Formats: sequence, structure tokens, C-alpha cells
Amino acid sequence: MRIVVLTKPVPDPAAGQERLTSQGRVDRAASPAVVNGNDEYALEAALKLVEASPDGGEVTLLSMAPAAAPDTMRKALAMGATRGVLVTDPGLEGSDTLSTARVLAAALRTLEYDLVLAGADTSDGGGGVVPAAVAAILGLPYLSYAATIEPEDGKVRVRRLSPTGYDVIEAPLPALVVATQVLGEPRYPSLKGIMGARGKEVATRTLAELELGDVPVGGDAATTKLTGSTKPPQRGAARVVRGPAAEAAKEVVDFLAQRRLI
Amino acid sequence: MTVPTAATGYRLTEDQRDLRDAIRLLADERIAPRAAEIDRTAEFPTDVRELLANHDILGLPFAVEYGGVGGDLLSVCLAIEAISRVCATSALILAVQELGSLPIVLAGSAEQRDRWLPDLASGRHLIAFALTEAEAGSDAAAARTRAVRDGDAYVINGSKRFISQGNIADLITVFAVTDPEAGRHRNLSCFVVEKGMPGFSAPRLEHKMGIRGSPTAELAFVDVRVPTANRVGEEGDGFSIAMRTLDRSRPAIAAQAVGIAQGALEVAAKYATERRQFGRPIGDFQLIQGMLADMDAATESARQLLYKACTEIEAGSPDASRWSALCKLVAGDAAMRVTTDAVQVLGGYGYIDEFPVERMMRDAKITQLYEGTQQIQRLVIARALLGRD
Repeated sequence: MRIVVLTKPVPDPAAGQERLTSQGRVDRAASPAVVNGNDEYALEAALKLVEASPDGGEVTLLSMAPAAAPDTMRKALAMGATRGVLVTDPGLEGSDTLSTARVLAAALRTLEYDLVLAGADTSDGGGGVVPAAVAAILGLPYLSYAATIEPEDGKVRVRRLSPTGYDVIEAPLPALVVATQVLGEPRYPSLKGIMGARGKEVATRTLAELELGDVPVGGDAATTKLTGSTKPPQRGAARVVRGPAAEAAKEVVDFLAQRRLI
Repeated sequence: MTVPTAATGYRLTEDQRDLRDAIRLLADERIAPRAAEIDRTAEFPTDVRELLANHDILGLPFAVEYGGVGGDLLSVCLAIEAISRVCATSALILAVQELGSLPIVLAGSAEQRDRWLPDLASGRHLIAFALTEAEAGSDAAAARTRAVRDGDAYVINGSKRFISQGNIADLITVFAVTDPEAGRHRNLSCFVVEKGMPGFSAPRLEHKMGIRGSPTAELAFVDVRVPTANRVGEEGDGFSIAMRTLDRSRPAIAAQAVGIAQGALEVAAKYATERRQFGRPIGDFQLIQGMLADMDAATESARQLLYKACTEIEAGSPDASRWSALCKLVAGDAAMRVTTDAVQVLGGYGYIDEFPVERMMRDAKITQLYEGTQQIQRLVIARALLGRD
């Protein structure tokens, strides 16, 4: 079972320093980068699939990111991925989601895989379209919002979450599956995993090494442009209800009743 | 006096940083939520023990050839510090695993190391260190537990007191008198007693001020037959093995102290930004700022001395005893001072268990007592200064 997981380094949401530069781009210097949270769920699902597969397998991380990205890949490698592939090139700075999808698709054409897994969206861009665009460009079946992933004899079956429950959908391999958090909490890397991560291969590719044809990518080719941004207004002070469940419930009910909400 | 210089700068290596960050995350997310309950129930946290084992943390002090992670002393201390920051009891599980196994690592035969270390590295077995007796604490050489040679075994009779994890450990390194006539430093030998050996029991547990989740046991030995193959080192090596063990295990206690201090400092600093009196956060007041600054200075200086001591000891410094005693002395006093001040910053709220600082203060005290009291540390340091043996 060969799985490629799309990962993106993002500013650490826990650091609370996410902000934009004056050009309207994500300020990647403002806080240390971490692997996008949703991608960790995809990676965890990939690791579990390989562990459960009778023939074993490998998990490859694929990222389009600035050159410093191998450091963030290390944590994902420490979780158990076999190797990483990083597409990095100064010409990619300022890429929009379409460029990103084109580049990732071109990189995938150089790899062999049965399954591509991706997180639903990123904590910095929040676009949520790159996995679908990659699948469309490559002509791969696209199975989204997976709550379960079951590979079987050249096919993959997925329970796709829906507002009313779930659908069961099936596609031949290779396919692209978008993970959800329902698949299971990502593991903490073991210490041996952390020590071993540095020895794992992270291959880099520049734009010149990918076959993109005449399709433009990078900041100049961006089809979207950020024209402005504002912070949401500060919320008023929140009232926190603590205490034993019975008393807390009464307090919440009183609060809602006073406002005639119930 | 020349000391071999290790090729280290003043910063942690990338591996050490990654390790510290990973363990801190694990501690924050999985151990911190359990800390208050562990203290309240005074129950040994088997779930934390499994967590540490499953993430190779208990394997940190053991060489890779035994299935361990092969971490150096500084890495072990970084782990203990990161865990102590949220739960001193949980950190002790790793510290005691290192302490109990050091005699085997330092003085065991190849066969003994192969026999015992792999299960310790995997966390499948726990080990405890039994030197102290009711009448032999600081005066460790006055131990009276007796091991008498009988054919291809030794028969051990006596008792030990204040043995961390003594009731749950699978293996105990026990120091017993093999030659009552020998001088104070040649009368003891070191044995590994296995749980389940007839005559060995843990009849009592202590009720303690702090580290309440760590069981502290009285051990009883009644005609316990221990095969000669379980003697570590030669007869008479016991005291020397114990002292060499403590040179490497005292920094672990210093790490526990630094972690406790750091945890308390963070709680106090956060409280100072949130608690408002006289219309402002109390962190605006200089008396509070002064206390917090002094707490940070005490913690950071203890930390840097600890890291330096670990580096020197790992490099084989002939001054290891002095480094070990210095870092434990400074860190233990820092932890007690910082946690006491943390309670002070929180005022009345610091005294109740709604906030963790009262537990941290109770936990901190032991770092001034075990693995050599602060007074013993001073004797060790003075001995190095005055050129005595």
C-alpha cells in the first residue's frame, strides 16, 4: 500500500501570532511553522492503513512550501512517514490555490502511489479546494469527508460524512481521499520516531524539475488577489459557567430563559 | 584541575530540542489533566506509566542495543523537567527507572545487562533503588540489611525504608552488608532482588506531604535467597556503586526541581496578568513583579547549572560528584523558594487546591531531601573544594 499525504506547513495556530504581511500574504516569519492540523489526521489515517495492510507499505509526504519546510516535515516523519518530497522554488512565492494544485499534481506525476490523502483545509488559507483541484487535474476519483477508509483489492470504499449521516462511496485505485477528524486522533511521535526522523529522506524538487508545460504558476499567475483584511470585532466578555453539572445546567437554563431564548 | 572539555556550545542540540518539545506537548495534553487527581487520590498512575512506556520515554536512559533510545544524561533530564512542569509524581516514574537501573548499567556484567535492561527499556518492568534504611539515611554506610553467602546464593535479611515504587517494581537493586568487619566503604554489596522471590515483601506505604502518587514503601527481607548471578559487581563494591549511581541520578532530581519551579512560575505569572485588585492586574504592582523576576532568576540559574552539570558528567568529568551535588543543591532550594513564592503571588487562592501551586509547593520539598539531603550535598561540594576524600 503506497500512500502520499499532502501536507502544508502553516503558522502555529497555538502561538496566536497569525497575521498577514503588508502585501497581504501570510506572514510565515511571524511564528514557528507546524504541520497543518487537518493534515495530521490524514497522515494518521495513512499510517494506520499501512500498518493494517498485509503487504505493509510506505507513506510519502508531499509539500509545496518555502525552503525551510524540512523542519516541519520532521515531526510528520517522526510520526512514522517513510520519506518526504518538498517542492520548493522562489518562483512559487505568492502562489494561489490553483497554482498550488497544479504544482502538487505535477509532483504527484513523478511518484507512484495507490492512494493520496489530504486534510480538508488549512488553518491559514482555509480554502479547502486544493485536494479537489489536484484530483481533477490528475483525473483521480475524489472521495471527500471520509469518516472511514477501507481499501480492498484495487478499490477503496469510503464513508463520506453528509449533513444527514453518511454516504458509502467506492472508487478504483489510485484515488484521492480527503480525511476528516473522525478518522482518529493523530499519534504523538515516539522518541525513537523523533530520533529517527532526521535520517529519513526529504527529496526536493524545483519548478524546473517538474513538467508543468506552459501552465503559469507562482505569484504572477495568481488568479485571486487579496484587496483588504480586517479583524473581526472583539466579542464582549464571555460568561463562563463552571461547577457541577446539575448546577451548571440550571445556570445555563436561567441565562437562556432570562433572554427569552427558551 | 583539568577537566576534559566536551565539544558543546551553550545551546541544546536539535535532537534535544525536538525531544523536549515533544515530551512537553505530551505532558501538557495527556499528563497535566491528571495531575490534580493523582495527588488527591495518591494512586500510582498506571496510565501515565503506560503512556511513558509507549512513547519510548522510559527507554530514554537505556542504550539502543538494549532497545532503549540512547539518550544522554541531559536528554533524560530534559524529559524529567518537561514532565515535572505539570506533574512531579509522573516525572518520578522516569527518574526512578533511571536511578534503579544505574547500578546495573554502571557495574553489571554483560550477561546481567542483557538479562534485565531490555524489559526496563521497554517499560515492561519497573525497577526501584533500595539503599535507605530506618537507621541509615544520610549515613548510608550504616545500613544493616545483611546478605550472607550460602553456596551459590546469598540469603538476605533486613528492611529498607522510603523506597520509591518499592512495592510495584519488578526488580529492586538492594544494598546489603556482606562484610560487617570491612571498613565503612567496603561493607556493602549490591544485589538485584526480583518481585515474587520468597521472603520479600512491601508491608507498608508512607503517607507523604507531596509526590503523593508515587508509592513510597517499606521493604522487608526475610531469608530471601538471591542467586549469586544477581549480585552486581564484586562483594564490597556496593557503596562505590551507590555513590557512582547518585552522581548520575542527582541531576535527575535537579531536573524535577527545575520543572516544578517552572510550572509554578508560569501559573503565578499567568495569575498576575488575570487577577485584578485596586482596579488593575496585580502584575502591574512592583512588589509582584519583583517576586516574579526573582522566581525566574532562581529557576533559570538552576536550569543552566543543571544543563552544564549534565554535559560535564556525560563528558566524564572527574568532578562529577561536585557537579551533581551543586545542581541538586541549587535546584532543590530554587524549587522550594519559587513554589512558596508562587503560593504567595496567588494569595488565598494559592492555598486551596483549586490552583496547582499548593501541590507544587508540597511536591518541591522532597527535592531538598531525597537522593541526599541539601546538607549532604554541601558536604560533597566542600570535600571537592578542600581536596578531601
